[in-house]
Amino acid sequence: MELRPTPQARGTEMRMDLIQPFINAADAVLAQGLQSPTSVANLSMEQEAYRRKGVAALIWVTGDIEGRIIIDLDPGTALRVASRFAGAELPESDELVRETVCELANQVIGNAVTTLNDQGFHFRVHPPVLHTSEHGPKSTEDTEALVICFDTAIGSVFLNIALRHNCTRAPEQAATVGHAK
Amino acid sequence: MEQFVAVKRSKDGQPVRYLVVDDSVFARKNLARMIETFGGQVAGEAGDGMTAITEYERLKPDIVLMDITMPQMEGIEAAEKIVQQHPEARIVMVSSVGYQENIVAALQRGARHFVQKPVKPEVLYEVIKYVMGEDGTAAHAAGAGN
Repeated sequence: MELRPTPQARGTEMRMDLIQPFINAADAVLAQGLQSPTSVANLSMEQEAYRRKGVAALIWVTGDIEGRIIIDLDPGTALRVASRFAGAELPESDELVRETVCELANQVIGNAVTTLNDQGFHFRVHPPVLHTSEHGPKSTEDTEALVICFDTAIGSVFLNIALRHNCTRAPEQAATVGHAK
Repeated sequence: MEQFVAVKRSKDGQPVRYLVVDDSVFARKNLARMIETFGGQVAGEAGDGMTAITEYERLKPDIVLMDITMPQMEGIEAAEKIVQQHPEARIVMVSSVGYQENIVAALQRGARHFVQKPVKPEVLYEVIKYVMGEDGTAAHAAGAGN
């Protein structure tokens, strides 16, 4: 799934070569888990503070690339996705729904990290945490968030990426190992 | 989920026994479902490396499916400790991070194989057959599907 920056995304500090592995990984993980194709419905830049849509998992990355990635699903979609992944209908309040979103984030980021590591980027991926507050950190001028909406057969999945290349890191400092699972 | 020809232990024809180690309940359940389709039996589960070591001692499973990043003790370190005590242990690392450094580190410390998440059942099935080697046999059995 090859994406080109939209007019809104062009001219920003966000580098698409950093973003593309996350898009590809999300596409692959969702398509396999849901057993149906996905498509990118929308791609936009977000300068305001992040507002949670439903069940959200957040992962921080540090190193050559720094920032955070959030995977966010409205509650109904989260329930359907978790049920599909679990192979059984789950109750809405089930802890497994939140667990699934965290594991989904872990798999997407882990696969993207694998690609970026092969490209020479070294950084640490922190374990996923459930994002429970309504608002997230506001994007800064050098880390605007790119929001990608994936359409699936059972609802929309939002990938909110705020990353920047850490130009100040010396090469020897970059010898960090990825820590996603 | 697809059914596979059951992999049994050659020595007694019993189901292969697995220890599933992952701090994600979802990931453990997912792997347990796959194991069922392989005709295997989940002997136990653990959510961290320390528990994995004690559960291995207690259960002596045929195969360990081991995540890497976990609280208290990571999977590669736990695998190394288990193999130091039990060189015959068959440990398969299961991680979303599949770059070379991670794979090499795991194999150097005693893991037999590496499977990247999201796990494809057909890939894990082939790895299980490979890792069991002559100690496992794939044979049709009642309820094991095609």
